[in-house]
Amino acid sequence: MFTYTVRRLITMVPTLIAISVIIFVIIQLPPGDYLSTYVAELAAQGEGVNNERIAYLREKYGLDEPLWRQYLMWAGGLLRGDLGYSFEYQLPVSELIGDRLLLTFVISIVTILFTYAVAFPIGIYTAVRQYSIGDYTLSFIGFLGLATPNFLLALLLLYAANIWFGTSIGGLMDPQYVGQPWSWGKVGSVLAHLWVPVVVIGTSGTAAMIRRLRANLLDELQKQYVVTGRAKGLSPGRLLLKYPLRLAINPFIADIGNLLPQVVSGAAIISVVLDLPTTGQMLIGALKSQDMYLAGSFLMFLALLTVVGMLLSDLALAALDPRIRLEGKAAR
Amino acid sequence: MSSTTGQDGNGASGPSGAQPGARLGGPARGQIPHTVDDAPFQPAEETPMTPEQERLYRASQWRMMWWKLKRHRLAVASGVLLLLLYASTLVSEAIAPYDLHSRFTDHIYAPPQSLHLFHEGEFVGPFVYGYDYKLNMENLKREYTPDRTDVQPLRFFCSGDSYRFWGLVEADFHLVCPAKGGTLFLLGTDRLGRDMLSRIVYGARISLTIGLVGIAISFLLGITIGGAAGYYGGWVDVGAQRAIEIIRAFPEIPLWLALSAALPVTWSPLWVYFGITVILGLLDWPGLARAVRAKLLSLREEDFATAAQLLGARPPRIIFRHLLPSFASHLIASVTLSIPTMILGETALSFLGLGLRPPITSWGVLLSEAQNINVVALYPWLMLPVVPVIVVVLAFNFLGDGLRDAADPYG
Repeated sequence: MFTYTVRRLITMVPTLIAISVIIFVIIQLPPGDYLSTYVAELAAQGEGVNNERIAYLREKYGLDEPLWRQYLMWAGGLLRGDLGYSFEYQLPVSELIGDRLLLTFVISIVTILFTYAVAFPIGIYTAVRQYSIGDYTLSFIGFLGLATPNFLLALLLLYAANIWFGTSIGGLMDPQYVGQPWSWGKVGSVLAHLWVPVVVIGTSGTAAMIRRLRANLLDELQKQYVVTGRAKGLSPGRLLLKYPLRLAINPFIADIGNLLPQVVSGAAIISVVLDLPTTGQMLIGALKSQDMYLAGSFLMFLALLTVVGMLLSDLALAALDPRIRLEGKAAR
Repeated sequence: MSSTTGQDGNGASGPSGAQPGARLGGPARGQIPHTVDDAPFQPAEETPMTPEQERLYRASQWRMMWWKLKRHRLAVASGVLLLLLYASTLVSEAIAPYDLHSRFTDHIYAPPQSLHLFHEGEFVGPFVYGYDYKLNMENLKREYTPDRTDVQPLRFFCSGDSYRFWGLVEADFHLVCPAKGGTLFLLGTDRLGRDMLSRIVYGARISLTIGLVGIAISFLLGITIGGAAGYYGGWVDVGAQRAIEIIRAFPEIPLWLALSAALPVTWSPLWVYFGITVILGLLDWPGLARAVRAKLLSLREEDFATAAQLLGARPPRIIFRHLLPSFASHLIASVTLSIPTMILGETALSFLGLGLRPPITSWGVLLSEAQNINVVALYPWLMLPVVPVIVVVLAFNFLGDGLRDAADPYG
């Protein structure tokens, strides 16, 4: 198990390096850079340009250097914990996105917990009571959740809340806490607002997971050891939990790896609609204005979040199922 | 099994039959003439097949798949619905009551007109009531109420807004038109007074095809890369696996956002359309490639693959002519299941303003009008383009499920 963990950690390194290169290339793709756009904009408005400052920024962030040097500067900064400087906000990136990343992280974790909490009982129920009315109803709702775009669900919820309760549920905390330091009151307010994005982001993942658990469990339930167990007089609940469920649950754990990118993606879109202080708005703004360090560090962090998530799911799987560790060894 | 003698042994075997004890030790010496039955060899002779069985045994894999699919009612219905929808994109111009860009400045944010058949207890055929328009001076909200005296019967197979059919032929034929001087806004109008129904019908053309083009790109990449990885193994496999891993580690939507933000602003809308499909396709192939690879890893060990190799077929021929066809049905099912992802992806990108841009009209572009909650609360019909999105995504899911079950004809 230890060697597996170490090996898995080492393979993460090239993955992360490749990801950082791809991100850097993508944010450099549009012609020009933030400063040239900025200067052009100021000139168009007939305002004076502080040439010294521009030159200083160009110098400091090496915007005139060849691309590979810019990349090394950026990646080296990331390693030292320096996320770079946002030209648009004129602030270090870490100050800008610290809180937002924390909230993204919190939302992602809570969403995944929510997904499990909902998908687990429903998945088991629909498998055990296959072709019952409950199965059909829940499966249909699951399908709907799969087919509805997340952002629309968010809009619908907003709309419903607006019509029925006359409240606005945008944001992630009561207005009086925005910009305030963290306190218990603020935490409570965040928790009270958290359920909307969590439900909205969680639906599609939940639906997919219900369907997978149902399919897996149905496969297991048909096997002979279940019949044997029943014939020997095991109680239905014990029979279900003790054997088939444990086998069917494997892909469930492996799914964290799939789920995390999905959740982070979902959070990015939902935050635009629900006006959440997470990543969406700022990332889109940064991408549009070519604020490269802000956009790059954002993307890098989101990718890091998913890579670490996949690592955790692999480790959990290896801990649960020794066959996976052996498989890894045989492939070497 | 052993020495061949016809079941219906003739007189020649008689003498040897008289001394069975001696035969146990070994073959009798030179006493049994070697006989071969002239009758054609028919193993099924004992139990001849019924025509039913005969049909089943002779059927090709595709035919069996079709039979199995036919039993899956929901999948067939979904398939028919999708066919109809795709067919409609061929003649969107004639189906939509108005042109895509017709603006009615007198009817901005007009609510949907409902269809009636009876006016004051009398049957007049399908018609709508005209609008009574009043500007609420307090909050400057446009208020429309149906005018119960103004009956506007619909016209069918009529001439209305003129358009260029597929941008080529001038025409003005419509399936249904409003009454002369009347209006027909069955799904309301938007902020420029354009008919929502017409825009949704036109939007289908973009929204439905973007998935197909994207999936074609993803399919090509997926089977080529997955095929090479599975067939060659070794460093090709390792490279492909790493690439797949890296792409899967990205959160999809932020990457889509970044890539589409990188599309030059100067591109014409048509180029942006292709750019978006390429982006959607480029990020979708890893799932398919993994499936192809896993399948090829086992298939390449089969005898028929070795046979093809020994006969001197080149790897591309072996992969595409011999190996892929044996699980093409599975591929088609999984492709069907990933088209909805693309449609939803386009919708999300356009909704955020990073995908397609007007004047190109897709369902996502239409929905981007409904981004503001106030707009949605005041004019809820702007959210109606959601309905076709959900219907199409559901239909593809049901069809894909049916195909996946049918792809395994022995299951």
